[in-house]
Parts: sequence; C-alpha cells; structure tokens
Amino acid sequence: MQLTLWTYEGPPHVGAMRIATAMEGVHYVLHAPQGDTYADLLFTMIERQQKRPPVTYTTFQARDLGGDTAELFKNAVRDAHARFQPQALLVGASCTAELIQDDPGGLARALGLPVPVVALELPSYQKKENWGAAETFYQVVRAFAGPSVPPPGTTRPERAPGARPRCNVLGPAALGFRHRDDVAEITRLLAQLGIDVNVVAPMGATPADIARLGDAEFNVVLYPEIAGQAAAWLARGFGQKATKCVPIGIGGTRDFIHEVAALAGVDPAPALAGAPSRMPWYTRSVDSNYLTGKRVFVFGDATHAVAAARVARDEMGFTVVGLGTFSREFAREVREAAKLYDVEPLISDDYLEIEARITEAQPELVLGTQMERHIAKRLGIACAVISAPVHVQDFPARYSPVMGWEGANVLFDAWVHPLMMGLEEHLIGMFREDAEFHGDAAPSHLGHAAFLRPEPEPVAAAGPLVWAPDAEKEVGKIPFFVRGKARRNTEKFALDRGLATITVETLYDAKAHYGR
Amino acid sequence: MSGAAALGCGDAPVLRERGQREVFCGLTGIIWLHRKIQDAFFLVVGSRTCAHLIQSAAGVMIFAEPRFATAIIDERDLAGMADANDELDRVVDQLLARRPEIRLLFLVGSCPSEVIKLDLSRAAERLSATHMPQVRVLNYSGSGIETTFTQGEDACLASLVPILPREAPGAGSSLLVVGALAEVVEDQLRRLLEGMGIADVRFMPPRSALALPPVGPNTRYLLAQPFLADTARALEARGAVRIPAPFPLGAEGTTAWLQAAASAFGVAPERFDDATRAPLGRARQALARHREQLAGKSIFFFPDSQLEIPLARFLQREMDMRLVEVGTPYLHRQHLAEELAMLPAGTALSEGQNVDRQLDRARAARPDLVVCGLGLANPLEAEGIGTKWSIELLFTPIQGYDQAADLAELFARPLNRRLRLRV
Ligand code: SF4
Ligand code: SF4
Repeated sequence: MQLTLWTYEGPPHVGAMRIATAMEGVHYVLHAPQGDTYADLLFTMIERQQKRPPVTYTTFQARDLGGDTAELFKNAVRDAHARFQPQALLVGASCTAELIQDDPGGLARALGLPVPVVALELPSYQKKENWGAAETFYQVVRAFAGPSVPPPGTTRPERAPGARPRCNVLGPAALGFRHRDDVAEITRLLAQLGIDVNVVAPMGATPADIARLGDAEFNVVLYPEIAGQAAAWLARGFGQKATKCVPIGIGGTRDFIHEVAALAGVDPAPALAGAPSRMPWYTRSVDSNYLTGKRVFVFGDATHAVAAARVARDEMGFTVVGLGTFSREFAREVREAAKLYDVEPLISDDYLEIEARITEAQPELVLGTQMERHIAKRLGIACAVISAPVHVQDFPARYSPVMGWEGANVLFDAWVHPLMMGLEEHLIGMFREDAEFHGDAAPSHLGHAAFLRPEPEPVAAAGPLVWAPDAEKEVGKIPFFVRGKARRNTEKFALDRGLATITVETLYDAKAHYGR
Repeated sequence: MSGAAALGCGDAPVLRERGQREVFCGLTGIIWLHRKIQDAFFLVVGSRTCAHLIQSAAGVMIFAEPRFATAIIDERDLAGMADANDELDRVVDQLLARRPEIRLLFLVGSCPSEVIKLDLSRAAERLSATHMPQVRVLNYSGSGIETTFTQGEDACLASLVPILPREAPGAGSSLLVVGALAEVVEDQLRRLLEGMGIADVRFMPPRSALALPPVGPNTRYLLAQPFLADTARALEARGAVRIPAPFPLGAEGTTAWLQAAASAFGVAPERFDDATRAPLGRARQALARHREQLAGKSIFFFPDSQLEIPLARFLQREMDMRLVEVGTPYLHRQHLAEELAMLPAGTALSEGQNVDRQLDRARAARPDLVVCGLGLANPLEAEGIGTKWSIELLFTPIQGYDQAADLAELFARPLNRRLRLRV
C-alpha cells in the first residue's frame, strides 16, 4: 500500500483509452464500475474533444457480483458492436474487474463477432498510464500489422528508382502534450526532406492503416514512452529502423534531421538551410542577457525532461539545478542525462518529495508538469509546463508545437514569459521603494493580480536565530522573487557561523558569500 | 391515488433503465466534504483509478496538502505478501504523523477494497483504539459498486451518526439541518430560523469534528439535500424525527422548507411572514430577471446528483421551463414526496441509466439545455445542444433565498452565451 496525495499518471486502462480515442474505427469495451467513467472527462474537458471517447463501460454493481458479471460484459460488447459498428474491438478490465477475473478477451471472442478483438491485459496494481498506452499500441500494431510480417530472413525490397522514401510517424496519442501540433510540424519537416509519411499512428489511424505500417522504410518515434515498444516490434518484424533523436529544441531538431536524412538516404541540407527558427537569434539578442545562469529545475516525462534540460542549458543559457521524471520505466535515460548537468537525478512520483526537492534547489524557473506548476505557484517561483500530466491550458487554440523549428520558437516564448523582463527586473531592484515598483509586484505583463505570496519558511524557525529589526526591514526591500532565497541563504550563513542575530551586515556578508 | 398525487407526479410511472451509467462514484463527495469538515481527513483505500478519479474530478483544486489521500493497494497486498491490515496501519501512522491537526479520519472504501473484502469497519475500530482520544477513525463506502456520486456524502454522514452525542436528558426540541451546505448558506438559514424563534439549530456535517451536534428523541431533523437516505435512517434509529419538506432550492422551495420547520416548531404565521418577507421579496425580484431568459425553454436532466427532481421543480414552477425528461440515479419516493407532488402531471421521469439510449432520446428531443456530467457536456455542445454541468451544482452555493437567483443564473448563462456568440 502506498500513501498517495496526487498522481502523475492514471491507471493503465486510461493509457489504453488514450490509444483508442486517438484512433479511428476502434471501440474499447472496458469491464469497470460506474465511477471509472470519470475518465471520459479527461478527453472531453481537458482536451476539448468533440466526441465521446469510443469507450463502453459495463458499470457493474455490487449486486451483479453475486450474479453474472460475465454475461453483463458479453451484452455490453454485443451492444457496443451493434451500435458503433467499429472495425475492431479492444476489450479489457479496469482495476476492479481485474479482481473478479472474468476474462474479457475470451468472452468477447466467444461472441463470434465479425470484427477482430484485441484483448488487453493491463495489470492495474503494478503498472500505470504510460505503460498502458505503450502496451495497448503494441498490441494493436501486432494484431493488425502482424499478418503482413514477411517470413524471417526476407530482405526489404529496394526502393523503386525515383520513388520517394516513406516513413511512419509513431507515438502521438490523445491527451498528449502538444502531440496534435508536433505531428504537423514534423510532417512538414519530413516533406522538406522529400520524405513521405506512410501512416501516423495511433493518432488518426484506422486498423487498416495500422495493417500498412510495414510499407514504410523506417519509423519516426516521436514519443518513446508510447511508441517505443511497438517500434521495437516493427524493427524485428519488418526490419524497420527507428529514430532515436527527439526533435525538441534547435540542437535536438538538427540531430533529428541528420538522423532521418541518413535513414532515408537523402540530403539533410534543405531542411537546415536558411534560418528556419527565430529562436537562435532571440536567445543571442542582447535583451536575453538577463536569462544567463537562471537556475531551472526540470521535471516531467523522461523524453520532455531530458530534451528540456538540453534546451535550457545549451540554448537558453540557464543553469540546470534539478532534473527528474515520474516515470520509473525511463529512469535510466534521465540518470544518464543528469550526469551532463552534474545534478542528482530525481526519479519519483511522490508529489511531496518533488516539492521538497524543488524548494531545496531554490530555482528561479521550474520547467515541469501541471503538478509542478502548483508547487511553483506556492513557492512564488516562475513556471512553464513542458510535459504531461496536462491541463486544459496545455491544449491551446493556436498552433503551438514543441517539436521542430517552430517548437523551438514556442519554447523560447513559453519559458521567458513567466520570468520578469530583463530591464523590469533591474528597475525593481533600483526603485524598490516606489509604490508601483514595490517588490511584491507581479511581472507587469502578467497583469496586476495581487501576488500574495506566503513568505517561505525560515530554515530554522525554532532555532535561536533572530533577525534584528533593521535587517528585517532591509530584507523586505528585496524583490519577492529573490527574497525567500536571500532570507534562507542569510540564515544558513548565520547558522554556519554560529551567529545568534542577523544584522544588516550579516545580510550583506551573506550576499557577498553566495554571490555568483 | 392520494390527494397529493392527483396534483402532481407522486405515483407517476418511471422509466427504469439498466445499462451504462455515466456517473461518478461516491468517492467524489470527498471533494466538498473535506473542505466542509475542517479537521477531518479522508483516506481512500483503493487503487490508482480511485486516486485519479478524485484528482480529475477536483480539477484545478490542488492544495499544498489536501485533506484527502489514497492508500493505493498494490500487488503485494493482493498476493498476500503483505498483510493489508498491517499495511493500512502503517499508512495511517505515516499520515497522522504528518498531520497532527487531524481529529477525525475517515477510511473510505472503494470497489477494490470491497471486492477483496478488506474489512474497513474492523480496521477503523482497531485504529480508533490506537489513536483515541487524539484521532477518531470512522469508515464508509464511496465505492462505485455501492454508491453513486452524492451517495458518498450520504454514506459519510451516516457513519457519523452513531458517534453523535446523546442529547441531554430533558433537552427541549432542537432542529438539525442535515446535508453539506456552503457556510454562507448555513449562516443565512440559521439567521432565518433564529429570526422566527427556533433557537436551537444545528447543522450536520459540522465544520469541526469536535462540534458534533447532539441527537435524540427531541431532535427534529430537516434534510437540506435530497440524497441522504441512509443518514436519515441512522438518525431515526437514534430517535430523531424527520420534518417532511421539499428542498430549499428557489424562493418557493426555500419558503416551503422553512415553513415545514416553522410548523413543526409552532411558529406563529405572522412571525414566519415577518422573518421571511424581506428575503423572499428580494429573491423573487432577482429571479424575475432570469425568468425572461428561461421561460419556455426546454430542459433535459441526465441522472447524476439526485438533485434533479428538486431542480426540475424549481425550473418548471418558478422559471416556467419545460421539462423534457428528469433522470435521477435513484428515486427516493418518501424523501421526494413533496417535490414529486409539485411536478406537473405526466412529467417524464427516469431512474437509472442507459447512457446511449438516453443520448438518443436527448438528440431526438433537442432540448434547449441538458444537465449532465462532465464527460457528456462537450460532445453534446458539439452537436449543438446547450449543457449545464451537474457537478457545479454541488460546488456552488445554491440553496436559500439569496442564492435562488444564482441558481437560476447557472442555467441562464449557457443560454445567454449561445445568444451572444456569432462564431
Ligand atoms: S468506481 Fe470504484 S474503482 Fe472506480 S474510482 Fe470509484 S471507487 Fe475507485
Ligand atoms: S402522472 Fe397523473 S396519474 Fe400519475 S401520478 Fe402524476 S398525476 Fe397521478
């Protein structure tokens, strides 16, 4: 049993729903109690989908448990097939139905319906949402592309002379962080390279499309969390190579272009020519000087977190002071990356632990998920969201990819926006007693909302440490976004030196000590 | 046919549906209950699904440390590698160490805990014995196999009844208002009741676990919410007597609800009129504005909160709306007798759900407004049918005179919006 306040991932059947909802022509019958229907709102409210997810829930009750829940399930499958006429059925159990062991796959197949049935076994008490999505996508790919796998030892036929190279784009799903726009951006990039997209999956793919996956020469894996397992199977079955680089940021996009060009045997130059993104100039422009060395804490799914850390250091000039993921399946990738930044990797889905680590690292910017946005808000630290779990704001109306050249522009804007503007920061520093420039002012472009920030807890509230009144007054003049840090640093400085009272002198001594 | 029924729908035939129910489970009640009882903590003993449900239904309400959490059962508990009761004790110790201000801990049962037959009532007894007098531990079921949405509040309040103190011997009549209400509503209703001379008014759930209202044979109780069947039964077992009344929604409903209390406590008609005249006048005036917008419009209720019948009564009688279908997850005929009698004869009532069939009916009727859960709202909007989310009715103060217009506004706003938009 694990005590959990907030979860980063839902149960694995929600991952399956993300695949079913992304696809066309499938219907998922889930053996589950009524409360589990809450999952529909993730798609209809958070993602603003206009259609209900293609999911039927059996909604069995306690009184059915003594009777025949298997019969209930069979009826639900029969009705769902008759009503929705899908090209294929996915069937499975949620956590409760897993315990009653009705065998949804066997029951559904026994009905002899004229469509294929994919049985999903997603162990709810061991696994989580992303695993469920990956497993579901893999099962779907195996079920529909499996029949066209060539006999072992078959070599891929050469591309016909004059034919354009073709690839699949794998991974985009429902409820993904910016998947909708990433697909458009990457498809455009591939077109510039003269590469055609055979199938995008699961997003928008029908079972018939999945059956044609083998026609492509290679696979572009945008989200390894979702498509990694399926891509590995496709590599074995069809000899398709898969991309490893994730096209996030300028460097990430360049690496991706080179990798794809090599896989397709084409010239990467057309996609690299000119100044395809404004981001390199924006980050070099003198206005961006103030971004230098800003301390950032990065947390998210492994793919986005690792990519964001690279962009943060190499493309924004920030200092990475923390890097972590909630995904244990991808802990290795994050541990490797953490070495590059000389930080202790944080592999955890314990919200309180993550909050403690962020508080301790004292970043000026958090690049995290919606969960870290709440942590940052509480600590009065700027935050930009870089990864799922998502909220309704992460599905903006405007085109807003995070991959490719435009994605790099989007990252620059999104990460700079929550920060104090460069000159503004100086003005507040100089004129902090001015009524309008007072240190608790919000960044001016973020409106005049009263920023009532709780003062961070002193390091040793119960200790013998006392702030002299004039020192207290002086620290009050420091703008809010650095005040907590100044206070904590000063107290630590005083404690380390065994001082009992903090004076104005101590404050400035500490400033000199910690100043970089 | 009784006299009352002849005026309304007391014996109306009800369409009973069985099929997929698109409704939350009783765990959802924790979202408002944990805000209400400020020193109580709700520990769900369940799965990742349960944790995800509460978090998703609560939407943006992420607090530093919410007063609810989930003890997620894992495979070790299921495989018997760990004794689930030992594990639970460990989790509770961990929790109470973190949150020393907690006085009341609810262990909330879920589908998984019930299917594996984890006996939470015994666990609560055991844990109470360990942690009393600091912390009392109670249990109830919020599982989806036992409870629907608001029934979680019913189960929670029912679990409180046995620990309510016995009313003092020889105590005079007291009034207990039952059902979670917003504090602003509670304060208004208390002022109104006191204004007519009913001095001893208590509310349940209380704002603090240390302020449990006493109960006994001289307690008359008045339901403020229509979904409290088990709580009512438990109160009656303690000797309390229900004052039958419609629910305090709308000006008419609030007056009738207050009148029921006044009659039970022998308040003189003049005194009742004096106490209610001003707020009633205010409410009527404020409602008139919304009536213009709502009159003649049709409305279709999907079953969700059990508030559907009182809401339908308010919207039909005070706002002149047309009722297409009034669905409820569960129809408690006794508690809703007064409400049913006020509905127009022949109102289409449905109990339970088959969501696909009900959507077919809604599409065929094309009502101006559908009241439904969050999963259905946008798909209906995309089909051109206006919607109101039912969960908002639980999170918004809607009872009493001064909230009557706010309640009407909740229904008027989506219609108003459709009129404004030119896109
Ligand atoms: S329906 Fe059951 S399993 Fe699902 S969230 Fe509710 S209590 Fe948990
Ligand atoms: S529908 Fe008619 S007959 Fe039936 S209860 Fe209502 S008034 Fe009576």
